[in-house]
Amino acid sequence: MERTPKIVIENLSFSYEDGTEGLNGVNLTIYANEITALFGPAGGGKSTLLRILNRLNDLVDVKKLTGRVTLDGDDIYAPSVNVIDLRRRVGIVFAQPLPLPLSIRANIEYGPRLAGVRDRVKLDQIVERSLRSAAMWDEVKDRLDESGFAISGGQQQRLCLARVLALEPEVILLDEPMSGLDPISTAKIEDSLQELKKQYTIVIVPHNIQQAARVSDHAAFFLQGKLIEEGPGTQLFIKPREKRTEDYVTGRFG
Amino acid sequence: MSRFLTQRLGFAFLTIVTILVVLPIFFVVGYIILKGGSAINWEFLTTAPRDGMRAGGIWPAIVGTFWLTIGTAIFSVPLGVSIAIYLSEYARDNTFTRLIRLAIINLAGIPSVVYGLFGLGLFVLALQFGTSILAGSLTLAIMTLPVIISTSEEALRSVPQSFRTVSVSLGGTQWQTIRKIILPQALPGILTGVILGLERAAGETAPILFTVAAFFLPTLPKSIFDATMALPYHLFVISTQVPNMPVQIQFGTALVLMVFVLTMNVIAAVIRSYYRRKRQW
Repeated sequence: MERTPKIVIENLSFSYEDGTEGLNGVNLTIYANEITALFGPAGGGKSTLLRILNRLNDLVDVKKLTGRVTLDGDDIYAPSVNVIDLRRRVGIVFAQPLPLPLSIRANIEYGPRLAGVRDRVKLDQIVERSLRSAAMWDEVKDRLDESGFAISGGQQQRLCLARVLALEPEVILLDEPMSGLDPISTAKIEDSLQELKKQYTIVIVPHNIQQAARVSDHAAFFLQGKLIEEGPGTQLFIKPREKRTEDYVTGRFG
Repeated sequence: MSRFLTQRLGFAFLTIVTILVVLPIFFVVGYIILKGGSAINWEFLTTAPRDGMRAGGIWPAIVGTFWLTIGTAIFSVPLGVSIAIYLSEYARDNTFTRLIRLAIINLAGIPSVVYGLFGLGLFVLALQFGTSILAGSLTLAIMTLPVIISTSEEALRSVPQSFRTVSVSLGGTQWQTIRKIILPQALPGILTGVILGLERAAGETAPILFTVAAFFLPTLPKSIFDATMALPYHLFVISTQVPNMPVQIQFGTALVLMVFVLTMNVIAAVIRSYYRRKRQW
């Protein structure tokens, strides 16, 4: 199958206002309808990279950002870019389940409503479709008006996924989305990812190497802000080229 | 001396001191009720003073304080909350913002009689509002602003940062985020601060002394350009300026003022505890 580049990262370097270096000279292509896993030890720059892809790092004090990131060929840091539109096209699910202090229904309608969708029928469709895609419609369909905090942590995290799906994004970023979850919830989300990639491009910072190996089509190994090695998931986890990747994958450090 | 004994003595000392602090409050409240309770009746609450204020009621003063509190709220709440939103959500930490904060802190430290004089100069004389509810409300509003700003800002800041990040990540603008998530979540805290600020305004004498309060004016104000009687100033007048004043009228007036202020306090406490129980984060 022909692979289409969705996001192209060229020579990207990034540092925070306080001087900490986030990323150093990263080149990486993320292909459409694949699951790309960014993995490596903590502090390697994976989450930083995710936040650059939908410009959430605009909210923190950035000292320096050089290089280029393109989405479908367009530079996302060009002055003409509408950041709000970009964030709708590139949605993110965070490590902690973070429902907004609203009902389950209102959590999912939040993004579409901000974008101006007012039609009740349309909104109801969005709610049902998003919750089905996140594999939780049957669990919550009778309690949509309860608070987003009233459900379990695993359900909250799937609610957050559904909330992103409601935006009908093109790319979904997942920042250790299963770190606080039990194995059953994790499996449910991993299963839905395999379905979702048919429609979306997915970039995930996995919870651990096993998960990276389970879910990824393509994987990239980050160490201290540098991209050490990338390749098809099967190759990277079974037969890495780099010594450092092998050491990490086999558990010698990390 | 064993360290356990030291500890016991320490706790005992702290307990006694705490009780000593609470005692005067009960004493003051009790004393006022005791001395003024007998003055409270329908006539006292609903009629104007008579016989050089030595008889009759305090209705004009109650009405005046009520309107002054409303007027203060109209001017100080929208302004104070807007400033708080700016400081909490938009302002960057730079010299300009630090200057604003410094100004607000100093505003809070100005003696209330100075506000009164300022109000006289600006609102009564320069802007020619005269001694009026308008001038008095504006003066009280400026005095109340620091309280409303700082409590509102604190309420806004206590809303978790993650809500802001999530809202923005879902394509919200900063303003949408504030309007739909941050303000509703901070509202109980803001309301509590507003009530506490207004409560202080309702009980102040000095700022209204030159700007609105009438020594004796049995008719009710008809517009915002009228002067009016007000409870704190009326209490001052009948306690110091009128000879042979019946003591129970003085304490009756104090009791009404106290109930007015304490009621606002209780409302603030109820709002706070109700929403704290409802809050999920």
